[in-house]
Amino acid sequence: MTDYKNLKLIATSSPHVRSNENTRSIMLDVIIALIPALAIGVYFSGPRALSVTAVSVIGCVFFEWLYRKLMKKPQAIGDLSAVVTGVLLAFVCPVMIPYWMILIGDFFAIIVVKQLFGGIGMNFVNPALCGRAFLVGSYASVMTTWAAPGSYAPIVGSTADVVTSATPMAYLHANNLAELQESYSVMDLFVGKVGGSFGEVSALMLILGGCYLLYRKVITWHIPVTYIGTVAVLTLLFSRGNPSVDWMLYNLFGGGLMLGAIFMATDYATSPVTKKGQIIYGIGCGIFTVLIRYFGSYNEGVCYSIMVMNLCVALIDKVSKPARFGVVKSAKKEAAAK
Amino acid sequence: MAQAFFGGVHPNDMKAATNGKVIEQLAPPAMVVIPMSQHIGAPCKPLVAVGDHVKVGQRIGEPGGFVSSPIHASVSGEVVAVEPRPSSMGGDSLAVVIKNDFQNELSEEVKPVENADKLSAEELAELVKNAGIVGMGGATFPTHIKITGAIGKADTVIINGVECEPYITSDHRTMLERPEEVIGGAKLLARMFNLDKVHIGIEVNKQDAIDFLNKKIAEEKAPVVIDPLHCRYPQGAEKQLIQAITGRQVPPGGLPADIGCAVFNLNTTCAIYRAVTTGMPVVSKIVTVTGSGVVDPKNIECPIGTPIANLFDACGGLKDETFKLVMGGPMMGMAQYTTDVPVNKGTGCMLAFAENEGPSEENPQCIRCGKCVAACPMHLEPLFMYQYAKKGMLDELEEAHVTDCMECGACTYTCPARLHLVQMFKTGKQKLNAKKAAERAAAEAKKAQEEKKEA
Repeated sequence: MTDYKNLKLIATSSPHVRSNENTRSIMLDVIIALIPALAIGVYFSGPRALSVTAVSVIGCVFFEWLYRKLMKKPQAIGDLSAVVTGVLLAFVCPVMIPYWMILIGDFFAIIVVKQLFGGIGMNFVNPALCGRAFLVGSYASVMTTWAAPGSYAPIVGSTADVVTSATPMAYLHANNLAELQESYSVMDLFVGKVGGSFGEVSALMLILGGCYLLYRKVITWHIPVTYIGTVAVLTLLFSRGNPSVDWMLYNLFGGGLMLGAIFMATDYATSPVTKKGQIIYGIGCGIFTVLIRYFGSYNEGVCYSIMVMNLCVALIDKVSKPARFGVVKSAKKEAAAK
Repeated sequence: MAQAFFGGVHPNDMKAATNGKVIEQLAPPAMVVIPMSQHIGAPCKPLVAVGDHVKVGQRIGEPGGFVSSPIHASVSGEVVAVEPRPSSMGGDSLAVVIKNDFQNELSEEVKPVENADKLSAEELAELVKNAGIVGMGGATFPTHIKITGAIGKADTVIINGVECEPYITSDHRTMLERPEEVIGGAKLLARMFNLDKVHIGIEVNKQDAIDFLNKKIAEEKAPVVIDPLHCRYPQGAEKQLIQAITGRQVPPGGLPADIGCAVFNLNTTCAIYRAVTTGMPVVSKIVTVTGSGVVDPKNIECPIGTPIANLFDACGGLKDETFKLVMGGPMMGMAQYTTDVPVNKGTGCMLAFAENEGPSEENPQCIRCGKCVAACPMHLEPLFMYQYAKKGMLDELEEAHVTDCMECGACTYTCPARLHLVQMFKTGKQKLNAKKAAERAAAEAKKAQEEKKEA
């Protein structure tokens, strides 16, 4: 029989089983979900889309590694969160961005926004969006010059010959729906055959990725649906073009709304933890996006609206606490009556 | 199907290893170690001394207070020691050690109750008390106190046959093999509480038990209804089961009786039936012995006080790679560091793990995914409680209602960052209690000093 005295037993706290999901598997799922959008980016913008993404990923992972090394902190690049930041930052940049410039964005995103605040889970604003905002502020003209779809930028060398085009957002900002309809059909926007950041253009591919994330339970419907829904309702109600349904559809599929709502606003570290909070947050993102698009000086409002709502998360978490178990509404009222 | 409760998780139930195996009787152990504390509340005072001869069912531990329950000999033989022995709750606790004489002599105290049909609720509760019946799902709260506290208040009595923890199948087998005890116990409860029906909550992964009991209930026209429940851990927790079946929520710090409910474990129900029909107190327990470290997993009925080594022996022993032994289910059970600990009234399962079933992380870092909030059946926010506990922010920890936490482990199970959430809450609660005790002591000292001054 077994010699029970010779067993090397450990005694740890319960529970003694755990689900298989971990931070790394979640980040891997996000990366998988981004692949369709990358593929169509390469299809419409050429192989440079791939090289920009690769440089951005390498930059993010390197800066994360370097910071943890210099600060003598345990290494964390294995959780793949830096890879996700790298991909997302590349996705919101024009394909013609110089490589050194995206590395500056990576530096800002990883070192300043993420690591200085304590690393994964501790940053209060989305690193990729902050990196983009930093680049837009620093290199405004490069960051707002878009290659026309199908006009491939070379992987190395001058991008001066690339044909540029206006994005749908520019037309929308000018309240010029008629001209937009001449340039691009709603279907063009939906599949991504438009000028713009190469990861943002295809609503179809981003929704596909979003469905994968929902299926894998990495995200829930609360933030994307309330965000996109709010934008849809507001642009339909306060339409600035005719027919207003077209105006709404261009607003939904144009710009960075899909990428923002599905991949950026759902970032765990910078979104509320309760479902109630996530709904408030999603609606807030939608309102700010429409406000910036309608009244701001920028064409596009997704990036800044999410960043603004990121800053509200601590407050939203406070007001959306779950009702204590056993304290039902009628009991509360009785207590108040007393 | 009944309404659900908020949150919860759905781990792989791992019950297939034993749910088809008939309950076996353990070969009588040569020695039993019967702890004097097998319940929540005051430990018992031993009634026997070294050298005494005891018989099965003889009372050997006298309740040590109001919240307490007597303890009986589970085998006949000679008392060889009354001393502290390793306990499943960690550390040592006083136990009576009996050397089995294998005669299985029945104590004169054990006899069927006369006129069982005519007994009043109070007399039945007294029987339950004398039989040493406690909540046998693991909480081990003395059952007679629960009964007397709920009579007149409870309009809904629920028998807990949920068995939501993975691996455990002892209740499942009991329902299939001893339906007369389950239904008989349910009838007694219906009589005690003067109700025309009692509920049995069973998860649908035990469909055969649901069908079988439904058939028996129909045959007997018993005052029992079965509520099939979706599988969701921790549905077998008292508050969650009440919520799933009635929709009511037990208020913080309150009891089920406050909202007209009383919940009894399936095993407890059977024990009540046995105590009333045969007079036999709690002297044995059905234990599921399973897990990746067990060679031949089984459901085994054994005397209370059987060292767990005997259980493993009956299952072909343990694999050499076994690295963890758990008494109870994998979600809430206690890890054991020795096989000398005995089976007690709350033991429903013995697990041995040989494969790495709970991967851990060296530097766990919360990613704020909120999955713990979605999983917490007590509507808490474990991620914030973790930060407060870790940083020693005890006031914030209390405001976050850490005391509502029942340590079910759903948050820890689901956490992708693999934080040790439950462990942190356990130590956090201890610190909170210590702080409150210190504050009370300081206040009393100050008061005493002022009184002294005035005098």
